[in-house]
Amino acid sequence: MKNNWPLWEVFVRSKNGLEHRHFGSLHAADEEMALENARDVYTRRNEGVSIWVVQSKHIKASNPENNGELFEPAQDKVYRHPTFYTLPDEVKHM
Amino acid sequence: MSEKEIKNPGTERSRSLEEIFEQRIARDEKIEPKDWMPEKYRKTHIRQISQHAHSEIVGMLPEGNWITRAPSLRRKVALLAKVQDEAGHGLYLYSACETLGISRDELYEQLHTGKAKYSSIFNYPTVTWADMGAIGWLVDGAAIINQVPLCSTSYGPYARAMVRVCKEESFHQRQGFEIMMKLANGSPEQKEMAQDALNRWWWPSLMMLGPTDAESVHTEQSMKWKLKRKTNDELRQQFIDQTVPQADLIGLTIPDPDLKWNDETGHYDFGEIDWDEFWQVVKGHGPCNKERLSARVNAWKNGEWVRDAAMAYAKKQEDKKLKKAI
Repeated sequence: MKNNWPLWEVFVRSKNGLEHRHFGSLHAADEEMALENARDVYTRRNEGVSIWVVQSKHIKASNPENNGELFEPAQDKVYRHPTFYTLPDEVKHM
Repeated sequence: MSEKEIKNPGTERSRSLEEIFEQRIARDEKIEPKDWMPEKYRKTHIRQISQHAHSEIVGMLPEGNWITRAPSLRRKVALLAKVQDEAGHGLYLYSACETLGISRDELYEQLHTGKAKYSSIFNYPTVTWADMGAIGWLVDGAAIINQVPLCSTSYGPYARAMVRVCKEESFHQRQGFEIMMKLANGSPEQKEMAQDALNRWWWPSLMMLGPTDAESVHTEQSMKWKLKRKTNDELRQQFIDQTVPQADLIGLTIPDPDLKWNDETGHYDFGEIDWDEFWQVVKGHGPCNKERLSARVNAWKNGEWVRDAAMAYAKKQEDKKLKKAI
């Protein structure tokens, strides 16, 4: 029960040109082992060309309870979208 | 929030939270780890996801038994890859389960003390090579039928894990069917071996899809939470309808004298399942329950010094880095 291996989050770039995406998590003693385990657990079928691992405790996540104050203010800001602005018909593309 | 709810926090508040929650699920919204959820939802999910993870891990044992004795290199690499996938599936599922606030050690503890269950099918022995065929074809076949609907279950981490699992699972069933096909088309002894494996694995595979709807205590709630999309009996019928023609194709006989196509229902009618046997195995009296559990407990205990050594090494490296920085 002592000496539990810490939890790591795994991010994989599936091919060059794409961003790393969260794939899941795993336990490992250190960062080298976390990389090796991530390779075995998450990329057995060519799912990736690059792996990031980070200890889960280093991720600060927003709390869904605060979603209102965090994300709702963006909802009424229609002027941030191009469709808010009128253009004469003669202007075909802008 | 209404005025009444503001004045009466506590029960009123949690009732309304629960209503909002149920509405979200009804709208097919996903629930993510940090979202509010009823305690019962959390507990039910821990039970089901961990049971699923344990099944993947214990499920490596019956097949691991034949890796060194696989009849060719082709069969050996395939079986090895399949067993490795099962380890992977167990790990995806354990991680998904941990997002519900239970630690990996607690999960192992529940398995090792017998508090948590795993699929009872893995308590049957694998006595011949044909069992590798029967397990892939029937057990993985039944598992796929169970798992595909879970890809759209309401709990996000579970649904995402299931998408990965299902993608990898179809190779498992094909490799099993190929083994059976080859044996069924082989020498009379080989065909007999395949038939014998089918005879032994058929009924446990049907039981694997769970007790009948009338006996299943969790079905109603699980359907509501989309933890289940079809009832056990529906899944079992689907499995039988899909498997019988496959057996016919390779010239093997399903060991059920009552099995008959029913033109009216468009399904196969089938014989009585021995539910006493099922409950006996669930309760721990199957042929290999003790062996399976002690294999897991021993692996965990005997690996303790390795886990400790790895942590000690990690700490040493970390200290070295610190010293250099100073």
